This record gives sequence, C-alpha cells and structure tokens, in this order.
Amino acid sequence: MKVNNVIEDRVLDARGLMCPMPVVKASRELMLMQPGQVLKVIASDRAARTDFPAWVEDVGHQLLRSGQESNGTLVFYVRKREESE
Amino acid sequence: MLDQTDTANRAGLTEEDVRQIVRQELERSQKRDPASRKLAIIASKGTLDWAYPPLNLACAAAASGMEASIFFTFYGLNIIRKDFEKKLKITPVGNPGMPMPMPMPDIISGLPGMTSLATLMMRTRMRKHNVSTIRELLDLSRELGVKLIACDFTFEVFGYREEDFIKGVEFGGAAAFLSQARRAHVTLFI
Repeated sequence: MKVNNVIEDRVLDARGLMCPMPVVKASRELMLMQPGQVLKVIASDRAARTDFPAWVEDVGHQLLRSGQESNGTLVFYVRKREESE
Repeated sequence: MLDQTDTANRAGLTEEDVRQIVRQELERSQKRDPASRKLAIIASKGTLDWAYPPLNLACAAAASGMEASIFFTFYGLNIIRKDFEKKLKITPVGNPGMPMPMPMPDIISGLPGMTSLATLMMRTRMRKHNVSTIRELLDLSRELGVKLIACDFTFEVFGYREEDFIKGVEFGGAAAFLSQARRAHVTLFI
C-alpha cells in the first residue's frame, strides 16, 4: 500500500483500543522492527490524535504522516528512529 | 526568531537539519539528566475509578521509554491485592461528579446494594468502550517493567500478609519511594 510515497513495513490495527493502549502496542510493535522501517497505525481512540505526535517526539521516532478518514478513523505513519544511546 | 532563521539559512541549513540538531541536543541533555526519563507515582486510593490513573500513566510512560514506579499506600494497596477484582468498587456517595442516568441524592446512593450496582454499571460502561480492565493493566505494567511497590507501613497497620498480593510486587517504605522520586522529574500523588 502506498500513501504519498510512504510505504509501511508493518500495520498495527489499534481500532477499538483506548488510551494508553494504542501507544503501548505501537511501541511494542516498533521494538520488533528495524531502524528506519515504517509502522502504520490505525486507531479510533480520540486521545491518539494528541498522544501519537507527543509520544513520537518524546521517543525520537518520526511521524511521517497522519490523517483522519471520513469515518473518523485515525492513521499514523511512524518511522522508527535510528539506533542511539 | 527571524534572525535565527536568517542565520540558519546563511549557514546553509534546512529546517530538517535544524530539527535534527535540536533533537540531538535534546537527547544529549536527556542523557545528562536521566530524571527526565523517570516517573514515580503514589497510588493512595482503593476504588475502581482511581485504580486507573496510576496504571494508565505508568504504562504510557513505560511505552515512552521511561522507568516508572508506583508506590501503593493506604487504600491504594487494594489495587495490587490478589482479590483486587472484589476490592475495587465505586460509589456515587460523596461523588457528585459521577455520571448517573438520573440525579441521585446521597441518601439513596447509600442504600444497601447501591455500591455493587454502581460498580456493575461502571464496569459495563468501561467494557462497552473497550477500556482495559485493571487485570490487563496490571499484567501490562509488569510486562513493561513498571515497578510495583507496596507500602510496608500500611501493610503492617492493616494486617496484610505478603501472600495477599499479586506476583511481582516489591515492598518498601517512605525512603524507598523517595529514593525513586528524588531521581524523577515526574512525581504524582494520586
């Protein structure tokens, strides 16, 4: 799947999960991925709108793209940060 | 601000370069300041509603790469007792903020059976919204390495036994909490 030149390596369907689970699951998913790989997260929890940008900034990953579909579903493309520390 | 952008432009830096530099500087300063990566919470309340904030925050912190610890004291110990599912209840008595289907004076809420009813209602509401259960959050906390510390003092006063508590709980006193808290920028009393 391709959205504006962003190709994801994995997809996490976090629809129906409430705060803080989407972030917790995404963090766990990224642990299994390589630096530079992209995780697509689909969420329905309204807290995700602010949680994802904040969490990504905090941890040092990159939010490549985010958006909301017409049915209210949120989509985030997160690129895993390069190894550090 | 304009001057800074000008300077950055003259140095041939793009916005992305500047962001990169800022991020590196932040990471460097965070390494120098490990307290920005620590969270220490006191959980003092033993009701179903108040069991959520400490566990939610600790799990979110752990997912952000923070070291989180929760110190359970007084009624907060209910959250980590083996029979927490029976212990954690909710009551509308003295809680005018609790959403109820109809206005209910305390004298009615105080009738026998009302606490169980309110607890059942809250559980149903949470299940409907797919909120994690306390059991799930406790399992997750332990999996993510959140430290669960039971207050030794309360433990003694309330006459609890070590076997009353769920697996993975550590025991400690005020000094044990403070030794975590003094190294953490985020400390909360809940």
